[in-house]
Amino acid sequence: MISIKGLHKQFGQLEVLKGIDLQVEKGKVVVVIGPSGSGKTTMLRCLNVLETPTSGVISIEGQSLDFSKAVSKKNIASFRRLTGMVFQNYNLFPHKTALENVMEGPIIVKGESKETARKRATSLLEKVGLGDKMDYYPAQLSGGQQQRVGIARALAMEPEVMLFDEPTSALDPELVGEVLKVMKDLAQEGMTMIVVTHEMRFARDVADEVIFMDGGVVVERNKPEEIFTNPKEERTRKFLNMIQ
Amino acid sequence: MYLSSIFTDPERAEKLIEIAKTSLWPMLEGAIMNTIPLTLLSFVFGLILAVLTALARISHVKLFQGIARVYVSIIRGTPLLVQLFIIFYGLPNLGITLDPFISAVIGFSLSVGAYASEIIRAAILSIPKGQWEAGYSIGMTYTQALRRIILPQAARVSVPPLSNSFISLVKDTSLASLVLVTEMFRRAQVIAARNYEFLLVYTEAAIIYWVLCFFLSILQQYMERRLDRYV
Repeated sequence: MISIKGLHKQFGQLEVLKGIDLQVEKGKVVVVIGPSGSGKTTMLRCLNVLETPTSGVISIEGQSLDFSKAVSKKNIASFRRLTGMVFQNYNLFPHKTALENVMEGPIIVKGESKETARKRATSLLEKVGLGDKMDYYPAQLSGGQQQRVGIARALAMEPEVMLFDEPTSALDPELVGEVLKVMKDLAQEGMTMIVVTHEMRFARDVADEVIFMDGGVVVERNKPEEIFTNPKEERTRKFLNMIQ
Repeated sequence: MYLSSIFTDPERAEKLIEIAKTSLWPMLEGAIMNTIPLTLLSFVFGLILAVLTALARISHVKLFQGIARVYVSIIRGTPLLVQLFIIFYGLPNLGITLDPFISAVIGFSLSVGAYASEIIRAAILSIPKGQWEAGYSIGMTYTQALRRIILPQAARVSVPPLSNSFISLVKDTSLASLVLVTEMFRRAQVIAARNYEFLLVYTEAAIIYWVLCFFLSILQQYMERRLDRYV
């Protein structure tokens, strides 16, 4: 269970998040949509503290951080291990092979033995369909393959929730499908996921709930079939009309 | 005059060849015993100092930033020769008397540390912010991300400019002759003072420096190729 209460984020004078309250139950897939500048990516980055919220409380599976007080670096590092992050531009480590990218966290952060880490990294890469590309460097892989390594790297830390920040936005159209398929499989296995995306097909097919954000607030949340066919808010309707 | 005498006077030509031959070994010995160790030691110590200085410059601690800034400013703003003189001839006035070789290692290390710190700082800053974030996102601390993710990539970016510093250092060690280190150029000076064949002996020294630097640039190419394999 993930809960966000009163999440505010300010960059200088600019208030990007104006009080977000959100609960996501274990095993659910939540897709966040909204125009650019709506704060959806910032909200996601606050969840693993890549951005430090100005105020608010975030808790994941019982561990919580209250940002109205000072938060220690140690608490942030252990909190981050609850989440796995998949970035828009993959951010793989270019000096490491696909296998080494996936093994890095378990070895360095969790202190696992190389053998154990290698075993799990191998099975994760096989799972995302890259069993034959383990010893390739990121530069030798296509965007879709890199993003699948990125997913495997995040899964290797055995997070409670996976965060996806526009995972297919940097991909050529023909490579989007392979990444979405991996995400769909993950959802079916019961992984808790929060996905910021413009892939409405994915939202329709996979999401348990769709959240529409605009201007730093959650405007509307509902089941995908409801929100896409019968949006309650004017702003949601406008946005959906523009992209469809 | 000088050149034509070599062709018209076979005895003189023979004498010059003899001098070139007999002075080669003492100069090479100076290179092997002093120039090369001085270069290597100063570069290693200098690099350690440079990484620390670069990290201090990018840290958020104002005190570290200040110390690093002042250090780089002093070293870059004063001549290397003056620094060497202060260490070797000046410090004895404070009761600190150092061996010539050690004085030179200290002087050159401080110099490499300051100049290379700027190279390393720029290299660290050139690594995209997403790399830090990717490290943090799998639970790494600052130190872990720096050591495992950022520095290895920064090292690759730094190889060409650092090779430049290294090659400069090889040549700069000739300044150590002025603080009584019997490195290669000091040997050349001693030999030339005895036989007055300045052109011959100093040219010979120049050729040895050039050969040394030539091998270093081959080494640089090799390293760049090796480090480039993943991009």
